[in-house]
Amino acid sequence: MSTETGLVTSPTQLRAYAPAADLNVSSPASRKEVARPRPVTSPDNLRTEPGPIRFVIIALAVTFLSVFVVLPLVVVFAQAFSKGITAYLATLAEPEALSAIRLTLLVAVVSVTLNLVFGVIAAWAIAKFDFTGKTFLITLIDLPFSVSPVISGLVFVLLFGAQGFFGPWLQSHDIHVLFAVPGIALATVFVTFPFVARSLIPLMQEQGTQEEEAAISLGASGLQTFFRVTLPNIKWGLLYGVLLCNARAMGEFGAVSVVSGHIRGETNTMPLLVEILYNEYQFVSSFAIASLLAMLALITLVVKTVLERRLDEGQPPSGD
Amino acid sequence: MAIEVRNIVKKFGAFAALDHVDLKVDDGELLALLGPSGSGKTTLLRIIAGLDWPDAGEVSIDGEDALARGASERQVGFVFQHYALFRHMTVFENVAFGLRVQPRAIRKDEASIRARVKELLDLVQLDWLANRYPSQLSGGQRQRIALARALAIEPRILLLDEPFGALDAKVRKELRQWLRTLHSEIHVTSIFVTHDQEEALEVANRVVVMDKGRIEQIGTPGDVYDNPATAFVHGFIGESIVLPVDVSGGSVRLGGRPLNIAANGAASGASKLFVRRHDMQIGPAGTGALEGAVRHVRSFGPIQRAEVTLNGGEGNTVIEIDAPRDRELQAGEIVGLQPRRYRIFAAQD
Repeated sequence: MSTETGLVTSPTQLRAYAPAADLNVSSPASRKEVARPRPVTSPDNLRTEPGPIRFVIIALAVTFLSVFVVLPLVVVFAQAFSKGITAYLATLAEPEALSAIRLTLLVAVVSVTLNLVFGVIAAWAIAKFDFTGKTFLITLIDLPFSVSPVISGLVFVLLFGAQGFFGPWLQSHDIHVLFAVPGIALATVFVTFPFVARSLIPLMQEQGTQEEEAAISLGASGLQTFFRVTLPNIKWGLLYGVLLCNARAMGEFGAVSVVSGHIRGETNTMPLLVEILYNEYQFVSSFAIASLLAMLALITLVVKTVLERRLDEGQPPSGD
Repeated sequence: MAIEVRNIVKKFGAFAALDHVDLKVDDGELLALLGPSGSGKTTLLRIIAGLDWPDAGEVSIDGEDALARGASERQVGFVFQHYALFRHMTVFENVAFGLRVQPRAIRKDEASIRARVKELLDLVQLDWLANRYPSQLSGGQRQRIALARALAIEPRILLLDEPFGALDAKVRKELRQWLRTLHSEIHVTSIFVTHDQEEALEVANRVVVMDKGRIEQIGTPGDVYDNPATAFVHGFIGESIVLPVDVSGGSVRLGGRPLNIAANGAASGASKLFVRRHDMQIGPAGTGALEGAVRHVRSFGPIQRAEVTLNGGEGNTVIEIDAPRDRELQAGEIVGLQPRRYRIFAAQD
């Protein structure tokens, strides 16, 4: 399952260690960031190793990347297009596939929106105020990263399942959470919660409260201060968090698998459908859906690089 | 606008940042809050601005209870040590901020805002930077923009927290003069916090010396320098020679040996003798209240600084004396020392 848990436990710097779009089983592209952690500084001037050693090291890295990252990615696309582009498009136009795409997008929109709001609030509270229980709250925010997604899903089964805590009440009111869209959304929100908060906390802590104080002393209200000063200052970090949150929301497999119930055309998200189709030997269909997720990964990677550059600059470009 | 602070107490945990502080600032004054770090001066400034709240006490601005209003309603211009310019806005938008966030009913139209910002940028002589971002400015420029931004809201009072603290020495000097000139032009009641005595004495009309959350002395720069009220003020402002002495019945003793100086009404007991470096007169051996051997002489500018090992002091007490250049001094020479002006304060603890 997701391999990033060990990478993002660093309490301060999500940015430096953030996983790439984690797209789970279907997309080998998710391994890319694991194999190649982003260097913190560019060591251009560090020419300490003799030429041959440098060559060997670089060759090793390139070979490793090719075998473990590029090759699987090529395989995904090769399989997806193995029966030609018409078959590829036809398989994507099937009702089951369309339903999965629609559901995945819906869940992503819901969870990104919710996590955007809660993430900003949590980061704001942690970065700008001192209160008792702050450390506890920071630990709590990390919980979804440190728990296996399958367990996260199971928690919701225990809460909302027929034998669960709220189960009888929900049944008597005819509300469907489990094996329905709300359950999938809940599980995804839970799993993706840390991304926005985590990418904002170090940024907001670094920026401090002086600009806000200046705004208030100039007569700005709380809302004006937030929308005119705080938000513009964190916008790149926020976009970065949203991007990762979105990638994970679309690619989440484990937690969603537990709560979805795999009802075809209803509660199957794209990653779930990939697995089902694969198990039914429908390789073209399976890899076609997987290729969509892989493309999402590639786009995410590009946008992420751009955002990281923006974040490092920390300033708008000169002269605009 | 006049400011009055009455009996302010502010604690951070067990640490008393402000310990029953009273202060009156007259209309149009340029007042310096001077003290070492941790003396409570910045806390006092932030309380007046509304960025911190006192545990007890009152603050009034122009006769109104300031504590009844939040920082955004006090119409107080605040300039931060690290400028706190809005990094994502141009210089122009930074200065315009206070005008743009005004309630719609009293907000000026765009043309008037532009005119006002232009006027302020002219005032701080940086109109040519209007379209730059703060990151593209030097420290001195940033601080002048921060000041223009604070002035945009036509503040009733202007508060500056270590305004030149983050700048290098040369820029600091220039900005000091500039602030003085600016204040004499716009005449808004201003308080600035500094730990730099030279800055306080050079810029302010009156200086408030603070230590450990209390006000030690309030006076004109001349007052606090020439007539320090407490041992702390004497030690903190200007360079002083401090000698541990005993006062008993009007006579002053150093290391058991009587000094030929009057106690000037100092109370009996362990005390400290404070003499400014330039107030210690150097004469031939055998004259003066003290005697010592010149250890080392360095000359620069209009003075020479002599290190003198005192005879009769405890151990080898070495003091530094500023003497005029025309007095020839040799290392090893025995000299007599007579304090021209001095003060005796009871030794604390």
